Amino acid sequence: MTTSRIVVGAHYGLRDWLAQRFTAVVLVVYTFVLLGWLFALPQLNYGTWAGIFAAGWMKVFTFVAVLALIWHAWVGMRDIYMDYVKPIELRLALQVTTIVVLLGYAGWALMTLWSV
Amino acid sequence: MASAVDKTTGTPGTRQEFRNLHISQIVRYRLPLAGLVSILHRISGAAMFLIGLPLILYLFQQSVLSEISFERYREFVANPFVKLVLVGLIWAFLHHLFAGVRHLLMDLDVGVEKIAGRTSAAIVLAVSIVLALIFAAKVFGLF
Repeated sequence: MTTSRIVVGAHYGLRDWLAQRFTAVVLVVYTFVLLGWLFALPQLNYGTWAGIFAAGWMKVFTFVAVLALIWHAWVGMRDIYMDYVKPIELRLALQVTTIVVLLGYAGWALMTLWSV
Repeated sequence: MASAVDKTTGTPGTRQEFRNLHISQIVRYRLPLAGLVSILHRISGAAMFLIGLPLILYLFQQSVLSEISFERYREFVANPFVKLVLVGLIWAFLHHLFAGVRHLLMDLDVGVEKIAGRTSAAIVLAVSIVLALIFAAKVFGLF
């Protein structure tokens, strides 16, 4: 028995499902840390706001959160495409575009973070 | 199972078949509360990817680059239309967050029974809308 395997569909399983959960937890923790910062600040102006991201650890933590967001968003969008976009060529195009866009966002965030 | 008879409607003498809903039927079908939370979880996620991500990255960049760009950021978010979009994204974030936590709890088999599921869905909906309204009041300068 031979079946032609389609390019987009096979073996996304446990890894991405789990990644979606773990990246979600990372993002929730980051949200609370950022909220904590905002409430701890006596006032919010350019100095205090940019000051949050001046610390190296906060830059790294934010970047980790961005990476978590990239993977989390990828799994979510992939699920949407798998459910609603049946033509394989279109789905492949959407998935590739999504990945490229997400990588671009990661680069943009990296640039911004290390300019502070 | 090729059959000329449409079994999706009930006819005497044959068992009615129930097929999966198609996304196009979503407005005609009365979704249970958990279903509403679920589709809104998907919609909020997609909205954050399509609109939220580029907007937030742009606002973040403007806000940390320099004092001057910070002023431009301030002026941009003072625009009421931008505020409206931001409030929508805040709701999307809150709903996605709370519905996601509900998902995580259910992954751990917490609250998977029918009544518990309906209750948690109602809580998710209520909490995210109320918090979104509070943030909206803050964004629009009501307090």
